[in-house]
Amino acid sequence: MKKLVVIGAGMASGRLLEHLTEATSQYEVTIFNAEPRGTYNRIMLSPVLSGEKLLDEIITHNAEWYEARGITCRFGEKVVGIDPQSKTVFGEKGATSYDKLVIATGSSSFIIPIEGHTLDGVIGYRDVEDTQRMVDTAGKTAFDIVVIGGGLLGLEAAAGLHARGARVTVLHNMPYLMNRQLDEAAAQILKSAIESRGIRVVCDANTQKILGENGKVTGIQVEGIDPINADLVVMAAGIRPNVELGKAAGLEMGRAIKVNHSLQTSDPDIFALGECIECNGEMFGLVAPIFDQAKIVAERLLGRQATFESQEVSTKLKVTGCDLFSAGQFDGGEGTEALVYKDPINANYRKVVIKDDRVIGAVIYGDTRDGNWFFDLIQAKAEISEIRETLVFGPAFQDPDLLSALFATEDTPNEELRAIA
Amino acid sequence: MTTANDIRSTCAYCGVGCGIIATPNGDGSITVRGDTEHPANLGRLCSKGSALGDTVGTTERLLAPLVKGKSAEWDEALSLVANKFKAAIAEHGPDSVAFYVSGQLLTEDYYVANKLMKGFIGSANIDTNSRLCMASTVAGHKRAFGTDTVPGIYADIEQADLVVLVGSNLAWCHPVLYQRLASAKAERPNLKVINIDPRRTATSDIADLHLPVRIGTDVVLFNHLLAQIEERSAIDASFQGHVSGLDKALEAARESDLSVCGLDPRDVEEFVQSFVGTEKVVTIFSQGVNQSSAGTDKVNSIINCHLATGRIGKKGMGPFSVTGQPNAMGGREVGGLANMLACHLDLEVPEHRKTVQDFWKAETIPERAGLKAVDMFKAVAKGKIKAIWIMCTNPIVSLPEADGIRAALEACDFVVVSDLSAEVETAKVADVVLPATGWGEKDGTVTNSDRIISRQRQLLPPAGQSRHDWDIISEVGRRMGWEEAFSYASPAEIFKEFAELSAECALYGRDFDISGLVDVDYEEMLPTRWPVRADGSQTERFFADGAFFTPSGKANAVSVTFRDAVTRREPKYPYRLNTGRIRDQWHTMTRSGLSAKLSQHLPEPFVEIHPTDATKLGIDPKGLVELTAPSGTAILRARVTDKVLQGDLFVPIHWTDVFASNGRVDALVQAVVDPISGQPESKASVVAAKPFEAIWHGFAVTKSDVAPKCDYWSRARIEDGWRIELAGRTSCDVEELACLVLGGQGEVVSYTDEASGIARFAAVDEGKIVGVLFIGREPLKLSKEFISSSLGSMDPLVLAGRPSQDMPDPGPTVCSCFSVGVNTILTAIQEGGLMSVDDIGRALRAGTNCGSCKPELAVLLAQCQNLQAAE
Repeated sequence: MKKLVVIGAGMASGRLLEHLTEATSQYEVTIFNAEPRGTYNRIMLSPVLSGEKLLDEIITHNAEWYEARGITCRFGEKVVGIDPQSKTVFGEKGATSYDKLVIATGSSSFIIPIEGHTLDGVIGYRDVEDTQRMVDTAGKTAFDIVVIGGGLLGLEAAAGLHARGARVTVLHNMPYLMNRQLDEAAAQILKSAIESRGIRVVCDANTQKILGENGKVTGIQVEGIDPINADLVVMAAGIRPNVELGKAAGLEMGRAIKVNHSLQTSDPDIFALGECIECNGEMFGLVAPIFDQAKIVAERLLGRQATFESQEVSTKLKVTGCDLFSAGQFDGGEGTEALVYKDPINANYRKVVIKDDRVIGAVIYGDTRDGNWFFDLIQAKAEISEIRETLVFGPAFQDPDLLSALFATEDTPNEELRAIA
Repeated sequence: MTTANDIRSTCAYCGVGCGIIATPNGDGSITVRGDTEHPANLGRLCSKGSALGDTVGTTERLLAPLVKGKSAEWDEALSLVANKFKAAIAEHGPDSVAFYVSGQLLTEDYYVANKLMKGFIGSANIDTNSRLCMASTVAGHKRAFGTDTVPGIYADIEQADLVVLVGSNLAWCHPVLYQRLASAKAERPNLKVINIDPRRTATSDIADLHLPVRIGTDVVLFNHLLAQIEERSAIDASFQGHVSGLDKALEAARESDLSVCGLDPRDVEEFVQSFVGTEKVVTIFSQGVNQSSAGTDKVNSIINCHLATGRIGKKGMGPFSVTGQPNAMGGREVGGLANMLACHLDLEVPEHRKTVQDFWKAETIPERAGLKAVDMFKAVAKGKIKAIWIMCTNPIVSLPEADGIRAALEACDFVVVSDLSAEVETAKVADVVLPATGWGEKDGTVTNSDRIISRQRQLLPPAGQSRHDWDIISEVGRRMGWEEAFSYASPAEIFKEFAELSAECALYGRDFDISGLVDVDYEEMLPTRWPVRADGSQTERFFADGAFFTPSGKANAVSVTFRDAVTRREPKYPYRLNTGRIRDQWHTMTRSGLSAKLSQHLPEPFVEIHPTDATKLGIDPKGLVELTAPSGTAILRARVTDKVLQGDLFVPIHWTDVFASNGRVDALVQAVVDPISGQPESKASVVAAKPFEAIWHGFAVTKSDVAPKCDYWSRARIEDGWRIELAGRTSCDVEELACLVLGGQGEVVSYTDEASGIARFAAVDEGKIVGVLFIGREPLKLSKEFISSSLGSMDPLVLAGRPSQDMPDPGPTVCSCFSVGVNTILTAIQEGGLMSVDDIGRALRAGTNCGSCKPELAVLLAQCQNLQAAE
């Protein structure tokens, strides 16, 4: 049997090995993980933080799962190097050879290198350890907490920390929250909602330094406002791909490890996927495309043809009471048209972006139940001119006949069908 | 069952004269049901009658007199009216003043008005809106019978074997008669119904044969029939001893060129065969016959056929005019028209005048006919009429060349209007507006189309300071110096005097005689068919005995020849404009427009146009159409339908400035009249049509009463508010319009699609929707019934313009009584396998109250069955 080594046991690896072991396996598999555990659903860390879920509940593939499938688990063991020449992976506890290697090292929190970032009490928000630290301290020893970053992760952290009894301030260096997922109008509704639960939000915040005493964080200094007390500072200002192993192994690098459409690195026997790669100039932080990649890598390892096509992605914010959905190119641009529904009374907002009679993006705040429908429309590139007038209101307001025609394949004679109806 | 609270009265609307039982609820409202003991309707009511309760009350009412737009005391207003009339008479003679009254006045009101004008002012310048309704029938009756006599009774319609409907959309205009006919036909399917009408109407549904005769050519068709009656030896020789002039009439009839009617010869043959071969024929005719420059001839062409066959005044036979107003007949009886005297006596006959003058102890009585409606207003325009008193009618909406009527009244020295509301167009140009009591507050009598005199009883106290018409007129009479002649204290007194006058007039042996009712217990009087002679004898049907009221005692068959409509189509005005009523509105909507229920059936003024014409003109099926005539313009919603003939248009008569920006069809109708009856040719004007080039369209639903300002608007009442259609030729400031329509109430939910020109707003106040506005570039394809029902709801997703899938859209209302929409009915038919109109009634209750929607239900059934057959 050929030897397959997988570095990293994140969600990408979990899904890859699911696919692979569903087929008749040709591989003897070894999986390394720096964290001392198997695969958990990282997306669910926020509910763990907010106390809505327990850590055990979010583990998807533990060591037993892997071992039941004949996979050797080397959890808690960091990989220190790769030698593509000899096809060897060096773990902290010993080397192992491979025929095929998969790098799925993921990413780390980006710790902004401002003054004071090394103080005790400055953490990222990325993994179980970060989460555990927040769970252990928020509202108990850390009463004032500052979250740097008003994106998806930062807001989820802020909500979770607030739920645990801390006074939370969110610092965001852009004019409005979640600027990568929302337009300004939706972000304003979100800001009001976040603030209304007692979380302070400062936008356009230029953080100058983290203040500390005795090596421990005490506060933060932001331009133009009074210093803010802080017992804990959570950096949720973006991620950095973990590329050091790949780089050291001499693989071709861009902003991350470069792969082709087959997710092969510059070494054809080394695949890479997930947050540590760059494919066609694009990097990946959301789970949907990464699961796609897992499937492609599994197919390739099984010797089949498969290529990865980047799809539009959708986002949901997991903050109870602040339901948000965004997908595709929601911020307009040349040749785009916007359908906008604003309901300030029930805090509902919808924007659907149209180009050439097709939906290319959508933002929903409030009732997000129709989010996936819009996402489907984006992915299907469905022609929507027939339903444009009611589109923004969702599938419940569409003529059932027109609705089924929307997702019909190209060769369905829609016109004829409609003529008969 | 009746209770102590129940009051028997008569419906306010058409000339069928249905009996109602009204129950005042003690809070100013009433509940109305049909009176099973009234011979006209035997308990039935139509959609309008059923909704009478929605139309009473003080909303929109004028509660005190207005002088020059300011509230005034009755004393001041009445003295002003009396003095102005006296001054005009003193300076310019009695013919310088005029009364323009109404078929909605009660007989007692009418009698006093006629007496004041003809007996005391000394002019015959009293005419009535009945001139627009049945003057041609009056003239035709008089030419044929010597008097204005309706020979038959309603039961004849049920007893006939053939009912010919000419120019009558009975299903919508006289729904209870239609129901009686429909039930008779259901019981005896061999009762044949032939419908002669340029339009395919709701009435055509019951017809075995529909003849879409070209507008204005009825004389040709009935002349052809008359000639064929002779040809096929169907002349009743035994009756001809009672008829003169038939030879000449036949001579003219034989000359007729049937081709002008535009009919399929096979259909004509079926009609002729049916008529010739059926003894029991009733020919019902209405406005399609009367409202024509050849109206009187049309009436006589019909009567000729009945005279030739001797089918008149016998069970199940006869020509039958059905009138449009509740008391058109009462007006005819008291003589409240410019060319009548009283009690069916003639103004031109000196003895007749003397009898009436002596009875009234009148100083004077005119020897010549006065000005008929159209001429009366022409005289106003020319300044010959110095003072005019308009009662209970709205000529700025209802007379032809209506914009000219407005100008004439604006220029008139002194205009008095007695009405319920100061908002009607005519009241707005009046010097004095007198608040009159409304239908539910009045007390008196009315006469229906088959000569039944019914009591109309007071159900509610007068609104504000309003007074009864007879009381107002009498008071003015007294203030003009005729204390004794107008000292009436009650309608009973007036009725008694009228009955006594009829006793005097009976000496001439005419038809009208109610001397047997002189001492009737007025309060308890039951519906009674006239004549009721002094000896108590009555005549159910006239003329079976061959005794007519002409000097010779013989009926006249009148020789008539075809005269086309006066206005001719020309390149500039290539369309023929037909007008008429719709099912759930009546006249100028002052009453029916108050009812949310009645306003949903057809909520917007429209024009029916043939698909070929619509395509040719580039008219969007949901778009607006601009009609132009030499006298004015109208903007109307298109209804593209092959129910109208190519080249014809149909527009309803009801809309006024209160309900639409440009919906008054009479602004287009040309002031052409029948030379004998003076009745306007309301159904054969010529107009140009083109798309109304709107660059935006709007639809709003509002809780409050807003006055839209844009190129086109129309509005209709809904439960707790209004629905409004809007459109503009120039770009609109969306925010400004939203502000105007929604009135800045509450918070606003919005939906915008700027690229498509779509903007939608919902104003929400205290959690409830108080207004919505939809704007788009194209005519709006929305579920307007669903949107209208959103008022007061909590769900701003109404901005989708249609219900979500789990909340089906009822569609436009078909059954007004139970508010059942077309989609609900179609779904029930398809999913419930309903096979008949009765099935629909059992499933949805639709059509089970008044039954006015039954023809439409039948059409929906047929549609579904055709679809199933095709599958």
